[in-house]
Parts: sequence; C-alpha cells; structure tokens
Amino acid sequence: MKYVIKKVIALIITLLVVSFLAFLAFQIIPGDPTTRILGSEATPEMVAALREQMGLNRPMLLRYLDWLGNFVRGNYGTSFTYKVSVNSLLADKLPVTILLTALSFIITGVVAIPLGILAGSVKSKIIDKIVIIIDQIVMSVPAFFIGMIVCFLFGILFRLFVPGQFVPLETDWRACIAYLVFPAVSIAIPRIAMTVKMLRSSILNQLGQDYVRTARSRGNNRRQYLFKHVIRNAMIPVITFLAISLAEIMTGTIIIEQVFTIPGIGRLLISSIGTRDFPVVQAIVVLIAAWIVIVNFAADIINQVVDPRMRNR
Amino acid sequence: MSELLKITDLLIHFHNAAPERNAVDGISFSIDEGDILGLVGESGSGKTVTAMSLCGLLDVKQADLSGSILFQGKELVNCSEEFLLSLQGDEISVVFQEPMSSMNPVMKIGLQVEEALRVHTKLSKEERKARALQALADAELPNPEEVYNKYPHELSGGMLQRAMIAAAIINRPMLLLADEPTTALDVTIQAQIIKLLKKLNQENNMAILFISHNLHVVRQLCERVAVMQRGKLVEEGDVNEIFRNPQQEYTKNLIAAIPTREKRLS
Ligand SMILES: Nc1ncnc2c1ncn2[C@@H]1O[C@H](COP(=O)(O)OP(=O)(O)OP(=O)(O)O)[C@@H](O)[C@H]1O
Ligand SMILES: [Mg+2]
Repeated sequence: MKYVIKKVIALIITLLVVSFLAFLAFQIIPGDPTTRILGSEATPEMVAALREQMGLNRPMLLRYLDWLGNFVRGNYGTSFTYKVSVNSLLADKLPVTILLTALSFIITGVVAIPLGILAGSVKSKIIDKIVIIIDQIVMSVPAFFIGMIVCFLFGILFRLFVPGQFVPLETDWRACIAYLVFPAVSIAIPRIAMTVKMLRSSILNQLGQDYVRTARSRGNNRRQYLFKHVIRNAMIPVITFLAISLAEIMTGTIIIEQVFTIPGIGRLLISSIGTRDFPVVQAIVVLIAAWIVIVNFAADIINQVVDPRMRNR
Repeated sequence: MSELLKITDLLIHFHNAAPERNAVDGISFSIDEGDILGLVGESGSGKTVTAMSLCGLLDVKQADLSGSILFQGKELVNCSEEFLLSLQGDEISVVFQEPMSSMNPVMKIGLQVEEALRVHTKLSKEERKARALQALADAELPNPEEVYNKYPHELSGGMLQRAMIAAAIINRPMLLLADEPTTALDVTIQAQIIKLLKKLNQENNMAILFISHNLHVVRQLCERVAVMQRGKLVEEGDVNEIFRNPQQEYTKNLIAAIPTREKRLS
C-alpha cells in the first residue's frame, strides 16, 4: 500500500514537472499561435485583440495554473487550429496510436522472447556469431528507415498494402489492423533485435550461476534446467527492458505515423507543434509522460511477481 | 561391506591449463557402501574437480578426463549422458559450499528440495510435498511446512544448507558428495551440520565423500581421510593415525594451519 502511494506521488510530481517544462518551452520557442490563425497579413491591432481574447497576455505562471486547474478537472482546453475541444481530438486520434503501439509491442514480445531463448541456448558457436552480427546490424537501423524499406518492399514491390491509404478503424477494423501491421513491424524490428540481445546475454549469464550446477546435479537435462530454472531468472532484467520498450514504442509511433501517413497522436502532435497549437501539444506531452511512468510502474509490479527478492520492500 | 565407488588413475586436464599441469593427476581411491571418506588439501589442489567428475558435472568440453570411475561396478568415464542423468540426484547427490548461490533465488525452497523426485519419480505433487516435508524434518529444520514455502533469501545460511542437505537426501542416494558444506558457515553451525551428516550416514547407510581444506573438521566426521596436493594424493589412511603421525610435511602444515580456536572446539 505504502508502495502504491509512493508511486502515485511520483506520477503526480513527474506530470507536474513535465507539463510545466512543456509550458515553458512554448514561451521560449519563436512563433505565435495568432499569426497562424490570422495569417501574415494581420494588423497589429487584430493580433493584440486575439491575444487578449486567447488570454495570452496574462503572466505565464497564472496561465499555467489555469491550465492545470482545467486539466485536473479533465478539461484539456480547446485547440487553436481545429476550434474543437482537445478531448474530442484525442478521443479521435488516440485509438489508432494505442492500437499501433499494442500491435508493435505484441509483435516484439512474441518474436523476441522465443528468439532470445533460442539465441541464448544454442550451443553452436557459429550460429551464435551469426546471431550477434545480424542483431547488431538490425539494432542500429532506425525504425523510420525500416518503415521506408517496408513501404517500398511490401507496399510498392509486393503490393501487400497501399502506403498512404490508411483505413480508419470505424470503416473496417480488419483492414485497419492489416494496414497497421506494417508500421508496427517497422517499429518492432529494432526492438526485437535489442530484446534478443538482452535475453541472450541474460541467459548466458544465468547459465554460469551456481544454482544451475545444483539443478544439473539433480539430474535435470539441459531442456529441464533451462525452462525450470534459467529462463525465469533471465527474464527479470528483460521485463524492465520490455517496459521501457513499451514506452519507447509509443514515442516511436510519432515518426512512424509520418512515414505511413497514419492519422494518430504522432501526426497530430507534429502538426500542432507546427501551428503552435499549444493546448493540443501540452495534452499530448503530458499523456506520453504519464504513459512512461505508468509503464515503469507496471514493470515494477511484474518484477515483484517474478522475483521474490523484490517483494516486501 | 561392498565397494560403492572405485577410482583408478583418474586424470583431469583442463584445455586452458599448461600442458604439464593436471588439475587431477592420476589419483586412486575407493569408498565402500555407508563409508565416509574425507578429502582434504589446500585451495586449488583439485578436490572440487575430483568431486565434479564423480557426478558428471565436469564440463567435458573444457577438460580431458581419463582413468576409471566405477560406481556400483559401472564405468562413469565416457559413459552415456543418459546414464549420468539417471544417477544424478538419484544415486549420487551433491551439497555445495555456498548454500545461497547454490539455490535458485526465484524458486520456493520446497520445490527445490523435492526436485530430484520430480526428475526421477512419477510421484504426484502431494506425495512429493509430503516427502519434502519429511526430508526437511530429517535435516532438522524447525517448521518444515513454513520453510517449504519460503524463498532462499528469507533463510539464514545454516538453514539453507540444511535445506540443501534435505534436497540431496530426499531420493535416498547411495553417495553424497559434500564439497566444503560447512566452510561458508560459522563454527557452531558447522558442528551441527557435521552432526547431521553423521546421523544421515548412519540412518540411511549413505556413503559420503566429505571435502574440506580443514583437517580438524574432517576429524569430527570421518575415520578415513585422503590428502591431496597439486592434483595428487599424497597420503591416505586413518584420520587419527594421520594426526598423530603425519608422513608428509604438507600434511603437517595442513594440521598446523588450523586456527587454535577451532582446534579447541574439535
Ligand atoms: N573450469 C576450469 N578451467 C580451468 N581450470 C580449472 C577449472 N576449474 C578448476 N580448474 C583448476 O583446477 C585446479 C583444481 O581446482 P579445484 O577447484 O578442484 O580446487 P579445490 O581443491 O577445490 O580448491 P578450493 O579449496 O579452493 O575449493 C586449480 O588449479 C584450478 O585452477
Ligand atoms: Mg573446491
């Protein structure tokens, strides 16, 4: 219980700091939302009037507190550009991004864990070397570049999907997922490589531990001591890593959504930064920060389930 | 009594060692059923390597093994993997020096204690648990039921070593290899563990190869002792005889090397 309270306090502090920094950033970067709304021909009087109307002339701290008060009540403000509530904008764009993140994470886990176990338990030195080299190469290619290759290969060459023709979830959820699989794989590939490397070295590390010798002394064959003893221990650091992955996949969607023209949070964020649509950016930044904190919290809980030494702290 | 284990000209050479340096250099000894043999020697003399070769835990990729190890008349050198697996934890068990690192940190003690049963028998979960509780009681752990559900980090070193012993004896092995089982424990606990091993030896007619670098600990448990130096057996015989009249300078040094506090206790 104490632990949960501690975590919730950490979450609140993180969100306060992050939202304040985002707020601050908007004061510092050049560009004014009014010019975007009024165009470059606007007279100074018009700009001044609009600034007054939007409340941009009040001191920054006051505006931050205003925003915070609304945010706490679940009111994220109104988009400058779209003239609709940020809540409805997010409700519109969030499902696609969540779906993309979930798909990508599931692909990462489902592919990387068996592959990592395999890579950690093969005894052949040659296979081991090949795995390391492939891993190293794949790991260092950024997701957006893989996305471009995927677009070219599967979109243009093999015509498995049409890049740019995203099918909205409401229209046809199956076609939507079929489209999202490609960006999801693009984000997943480098993540898979990293997870495999991590799990492999974790297994090799565990295989050298004394308790493995004990397990062998009881007549466990290789498969038995791997699956009954080694893998559970080896997964402990990997779980934390996967949680970080889940956070990074979410942020990774921002760029991938550009590559595959998916109307999710990422595209909204980038266009909103361009138009200085401050309420939208602020809400998304806080959302992402909250996501990262929550995911790490979840990793802690799972680690406590897997590792009894982490309990009762 | 019939001969349980007979080792002849055992030679072990690690590939990464100097060509003339054998970790175990042509040793021979035997253990009868229900017998206790002490194996002493300074650090690096080859005691652990010898024990590991007896239970098939020596990595054959790292070392060459030659000579003969007859267990119940069957050859273990170059025998099949299946035969070794069938002996490990069933006929031959091991207790290691560091109880904490020798246990799987994320597995309940009870499951580790009954593991040899899981591997070697078709007993049901409940039957295994009943046997594990009995083994824990035999190893003189208070509250077996409670210990069964604990994790290694929740027990003291002495308790853990008792649990390790429980795990080793659960399948009634013919031979227990005890590789410095008391070295990591403090002196009073050491004495208790020695007493426990003696009791288990007498009650179950279980032979023990007891490894130690401490001749005085060996004296508390064993009648027969073999002294090892740089991979060779330099002296073998009755413990008290060797204490009274050590033939080798090396053995004299081993006897002298013991702190006086322990001498008084033994
Ligand atoms: N895996 C290995 N690879 C190479 N050499 C090894 C290996 N294991 C042991 N040796 C060598 O074999 C020799 C005997 O080691 P061993 O562990 O049997 O000594 P010990 O008598 O058990 O010593 P201690 O009292 O420190 O436990 C040492 O010289 C050691 O360096
Ligand atoms: Mg040793």
